[in-house]
Amino acid sequence: MTTAPARIRGKQRPADRIFSGSAMFAGSSILVILAAVAIFLIAQSLPGLVASPDDLKGDAANFWVYVGPLVFGTIWSAALALIIALPISIGIALFISHYAPRRLAQGLGYSIDLLAAVPSVVFGLWGGRVLAPAIQPFYDWLVTNLGWIPLFAPPVSGTGRTILTVAIVLAVMILPIITALCREIFLQTPRLHEEAALALGATRWELIRMAVLPFGRSGIVSASMLGLGRALGETMAVAMVLSPATIISFVLTSSQNPSTIASNIALNYPEAHGIGVNVLIATGLVLFVITFLVNAIARWVVSRRADFSGAN
Amino acid sequence: MTAAAPTANALTAGKLPRSAPWLILIASLAVMLGVFWLLDMAGITEDFNWIGAIVLGAVLYVIVNYVLALLVEGRRQGTDRLVTSLVSAAFVVAVIPLVWLIVTVLESGLLTFLNGTFLTNSMRNVVGEGGGALHAIVGTVLITLLAGVISVPIGIMTAIYLVEYGRGRLAQAITFLVDVMTGIPSIVAGLAVLAFFVLVVGEGYRSGFAGSIALSILMIPVVVRSTEEILKLVPNELREASYALGVPKWLTIVRIVLPTSLAGITTGIMLSISRVIGETAPLLIVAGFTTSMNYDPFSERMMSLPVFVYNSYVAPGVQSEFYFERAWAGALTLILIVAVLNLVARIVSHYFSPKLDR
Repeated sequence: MTTAPARIRGKQRPADRIFSGSAMFAGSSILVILAAVAIFLIAQSLPGLVASPDDLKGDAANFWVYVGPLVFGTIWSAALALIIALPISIGIALFISHYAPRRLAQGLGYSIDLLAAVPSVVFGLWGGRVLAPAIQPFYDWLVTNLGWIPLFAPPVSGTGRTILTVAIVLAVMILPIITALCREIFLQTPRLHEEAALALGATRWELIRMAVLPFGRSGIVSASMLGLGRALGETMAVAMVLSPATIISFVLTSSQNPSTIASNIALNYPEAHGIGVNVLIATGLVLFVITFLVNAIARWVVSRRADFSGAN
Repeated sequence: MTAAAPTANALTAGKLPRSAPWLILIASLAVMLGVFWLLDMAGITEDFNWIGAIVLGAVLYVIVNYVLALLVEGRRQGTDRLVTSLVSAAFVVAVIPLVWLIVTVLESGLLTFLNGTFLTNSMRNVVGEGGGALHAIVGTVLITLLAGVISVPIGIMTAIYLVEYGRGRLAQAITFLVDVMTGIPSIVAGLAVLAFFVLVVGEGYRSGFAGSIALSILMIPVVVRSTEEILKLVPNELREASYALGVPKWLTIVRIVLPTSLAGITTGIMLSISRVIGETAPLLIVAGFTTSMNYDPFSERMMSLPVFVYNSYVAPGVQSEFYFERAWAGALTLILIVAVLNLVARIVSHYFSPKLDR
């Protein structure tokens, strides 16, 4: 005779099976959707990848020459946006978490979240019609006085629709995301660390430098990566603000700016037909790969330091 | 600190008064506004540059505040004050574009928005003045509703699977893929749907429904994430009490877990809708644009508000000012819709969420 008691099993009802089955079905559909996205993108971009020079816009020799400047423009504009947005975001997050009076803090957080709620096409409209003309005199001044710096090499753009304007608009758009994530992380700093720093006589800045920032470092990295991912894929703000050209150039204030993948698709799609559409889809695939890599790095940073970061 | 001040408080000696930063701020803003006003009066600048005045005033404040604190209070306190003013300045810098944008949109769009034809007419046979965005508003509502119908059930059921059932490989894979999906650029979602319809239906297919599918790809991960967070907040004691009474698992989820978290789920859905309702790129690609009304999302091109704004901006006709006016009015309509959705979401979550012991 066996001595081990029989395992008690719950009664299996049909409704239970149906419900858990449909939950699992919904979950699996995510797998299917993503697989479909990848398969259809690849299937439709294959003709574009091997397109002959006649089918490519401009005088590119093959697809990779065509997509090169676009990849550069995408990464360059997103990086500029991140450089502008990151210090400001950390500042705002610190302001909300450690400086503003408790009562005010939540309301201030909402007002930054409002920025996230503004649709990108409105940012594009504002950037193209209002910001670009308003900031052009400033570029004029920059090029006249600081033209010896390669970034501001003359001639200056007459419309203000330069990559720097795009970067400013993108920075405004990714600011709320980075701020929201940083704020959450800063708020999770262990209370005891903060009090220990204060007890040792630290000023508020020393408290932040010694307790808050080291604790939140990996969180800041992943937040900025997520912001970067958003800036890389942004279409409308770039398409509506930039006056594009097919060049690789680091100059911030000229009228010859490298375009980005997403805005290039939006601008050329209405006139594209036949193999041209496949070429655009192939550039979209390249964009997908880039953003996927950036997001994967962000996740990796978070998971690597998951034990002692506040990011999850 | 000699005999000259015998009554000085030892705790405040060598410190600036508490009101000092505010006084310095007001003084430096006043100085810069005065300088710019003089420049304006003297005719050097074309009109009163208030943004420049405020920015330079803030810079002046930061410098004066730092130098004063450095002289009176020493290096450590000086650095502390410098950082305090920089951090506050960062907040102000972020608010400037928000205020600027909202003021411009109201200024340029309100008149057209209220002119009577904007909300009641389409753009059919309109060149120049008149016309409206009714076709775009109808399109946006239909496309977004359909996207919601597709993505809300999938999103909620996936979240239920992840929280209540999911163990092991499949759940891990789904969690990872939801993360990947969150990062898909909107234009790539549009291209993927386009690729699908090109293979299935043939080239040149455009419809509101295709737009809804593209929006669903963007919306599902947001719904999953927010619902998952809310379901995790439901206390386990509630589930256990229900099991103890002999209630089956599925009924526990439907009658206990979901009602408890209903407010949070609603808020998440509202916010995800406000996220996708302003998406332009995928609709530009798969829903196309038109100037006529179209109530059938399954056939023919369908206009939507973001595409309307974009199209009026990039392709203004000969009388371009009317197109730009309509673009601003369209932008105002979009912002209003998003604001209302956000407001409703906040109200729902404020009044209907269960009061947990916190």
